Amino acid sequence: MAELFHRKIERTAIGFVLAIIAAASVGGIIEIAPLFTIDETVEEAPDMRPYTPLELAGRNVYMREGCYACHSQMIRTLRDDVDRYGPYSLAVESRYDHPMLWGSKRTGPDLARIGGKYSDIWHVAHLTNPRDVVPQSNMPSYPWLARTSLRTDDLGLHLAAQQLIGVPYTDEMIANAARDALGQALPDSDYAAGVQERYGDEAQISAFDGVTTELTEMDALVAYLQVLGTLTDAAYENTVAPEEAPDAEDLAAGSATASGGR
Amino acid sequence: MMVSQLTRGERQGSILIAAAVALCGLALAIAGRNDLLGVHGAFVLVGSVALIAFLLSRLDSPEPDVSRRPSEYYDDPIKVGIALSMLWAIFGMFVGVWVAAELAWPSLNFDTAWLSFGRLRPAHTTGVIFGFGGNALIATSFHVVQRTSRARLAGQISPWFVLLGYNLFCFLAVTGYLMGLTQSKEYAEPEWYADLWLVVVWVTYFVLYLRTIARRKEPHIYVANWYFMAFIVVVAILHIVNNLAIPVSLGHAWSYPIWSGVQDAMVQWWYGHNAVAFFLTAGFLGMMYYYLPKRAERPIFSYRLSILSFWGITFFYMWAGSHHLHYTALPHWVQTLGMTFSIMLLVPSWASAGNAILTLNGAWHKVRNDATLRFMFVAAVFYGLSTFEGSFLAIRPVNSLSHYTDWTVGHVHAGALGWVALITFGSIYTLVPSLWKRERMYSAALVEVHFWLALIGTLIYVFAMWNSGIVQGLMWRTYTESGTLAYSFLDSLVAMYPYYIARTLGGFLFLLGAIVGCYNIWMTVRASPAAAETALKDLPDARWAEGTATTPAE
Repeated sequence: MAELFHRKIERTAIGFVLAIIAAASVGGIIEIAPLFTIDETVEEAPDMRPYTPLELAGRNVYMREGCYACHSQMIRTLRDDVDRYGPYSLAVESRYDHPMLWGSKRTGPDLARIGGKYSDIWHVAHLTNPRDVVPQSNMPSYPWLARTSLRTDDLGLHLAAQQLIGVPYTDEMIANAARDALGQALPDSDYAAGVQERYGDEAQISAFDGVTTELTEMDALVAYLQVLGTLTDAAYENTVAPEEAPDAEDLAAGSATASGGR
Repeated sequence: MMVSQLTRGERQGSILIAAAVALCGLALAIAGRNDLLGVHGAFVLVGSVALIAFLLSRLDSPEPDVSRRPSEYYDDPIKVGIALSMLWAIFGMFVGVWVAAELAWPSLNFDTAWLSFGRLRPAHTTGVIFGFGGNALIATSFHVVQRTSRARLAGQISPWFVLLGYNLFCFLAVTGYLMGLTQSKEYAEPEWYADLWLVVVWVTYFVLYLRTIARRKEPHIYVANWYFMAFIVVVAILHIVNNLAIPVSLGHAWSYPIWSGVQDAMVQWWYGHNAVAFFLTAGFLGMMYYYLPKRAERPIFSYRLSILSFWGITFFYMWAGSHHLHYTALPHWVQTLGMTFSIMLLVPSWASAGNAILTLNGAWHKVRNDATLRFMFVAAVFYGLSTFEGSFLAIRPVNSLSHYTDWTVGHVHAGALGWVALITFGSIYTLVPSLWKRERMYSAALVEVHFWLALIGTLIYVFAMWNSGIVQGLMWRTYTESGTLAYSFLDSLVAMYPYYIARTLGGFLFLLGAIVGCYNIWMTVRASPAAAETALKDLPDARWAEGTATTPAE
């Protein structure tokens, strides 16, 4: 019977295409649509703030250089992930991330909570030549970042586009975007105060790349790296324990294999 | 060759289309003059003006005999598609070997932005998946749909528009990454204007394909075309939903996807996994269902298995994407659904692989003697192995070990090298002699050399990545007796270096094989045509000599 039915639909191209669309749509609709309607999908975090213009510009540098290809920003609910990188990531922490940068590969370590773990100077030295500070590293060097001045004249447009798709930037933030980018990297300037006024006292004002005469892409990227994991405290307040690695009883065997492989 | 089959009016039509594209390029160049968008606009403008100049220079060359069209297939775009596919193969695989070497020897980044790993890696994936794979799919789908429908392509200009437009998309994608333009969504990196352009190209492809099928002289649509239709339709849906984005302005190349956070992660991997399903699986199964039985001169083993596996793949795959997000902030129920369907997916996947392998029953002597058929046989085996591995890795506890490690990379390459590339080479070696009306490939020995280079390269690559992935995953989760982590991340990186070197070698052998293949194809094309008799069999009106091969057994 089924075979006879199929004999029929394979005689009509349009019917066949409609059947393909019907069969292929079910999974996506059932898995994706509820993520927008079920409230528990994204936790509440009243202290969550969007990126400052400088951090957003740094995030764009991070994307442009393809950092996501080797660094995840998603600490899993596994005990060893938590012990290594900090509390596991919550959905709310990437709520304003268009797109998310959870990543899929750790050629380098996870960066979800890298903010504040190293000094600005360490980051600048590491990005300029990773092997100066980590001799065994295979990360590329990014010496051009400190040499390239950051484009700020269009940062208002960037914020406006984000506002359009739901990131809570105010019109005041948009109007002051270029000024705030400058102010965040120039602690002694008149612009610095405005950044904390608009983005909260936690926003870090620093001469990120150590040079205050010019705003560079290095300033932006370091500002971004230093804010990762610090936009909200929600993950630290979350008390649900992480999961054990599923085969914990095999750890002894595992460690033997790992040492043998070295 | 490109214009010899077009009438004067069609040549003028092509010039009009190219002029419209040139205008779009001009608009982008002006609107984006302060941005990298302007560079891409200029590329489009220069490219289409060059095409116009070429068409104008051939405007008055001899016209084809239009009355003979219904009794002849339209193969010129297929020939160019095969050539483009092989060129992209060399480019994409070379970049792949290069980025592999960068991981082992980071000085190969040369402190240069466009040469750095992060920018070259998407150039590799786009080059091989969309450049090599995509062109091969377009070319073979044009070939298969005509032969199995015994009808000529339903358009003179549109096949060229699809092929060249698609390659423009690939070109914008790769040059964009090197300049620093990316949405950073894996396998969907090109920016908004390239994405919009691909929609135009893809809709044209879809309409052309359906109109050609509508011309068919057979009442039933052959299995290979089911897969090609699924490939075209579903890739369109995935591409549009995943790439919805707001550009910073119409003068900016940069854009922000409308999805964010956890929803973006789910949409991205719903796209990502089904790009594997409908681009890298369905399309290539279409290839397999035509070229494998044709080369083996055996009918497909089972019609019922074909139906089961087709609808199983079309339905189950769309649920499986969330297995990329185990243990993440994605709600647990979605992870569980993803895992469940990934395991069920093994049934239709093995039904396809089994159907292919059992088709060879009775033709094993050919598999032994004919490297072309052996390419396709081994491809079917790798398809079975990597779909098994995929279901296995989707099991949550297994994934806790393998995720974020090279095991995933090894799995992808078992599929991409072992299945996708091998079935493509097998199909191309079957297709090239018949397309250019040659008796056989220039050198059977070189096909043999290519086969062994490809197989050995794949095995070295996959074994290296299995080892590195499992070692790395175990090191990350190993605790000392006092309950602290036994290894720093850096310890696990240092342990990877030998495997990164081995993987580079495996990839290099595979690239070498592809270069041998290019040479062999080039020499075949240059050889003198075979006797007219072979050519006569390959016409829409002639009852196809090997017709049994396209009719499934009952």
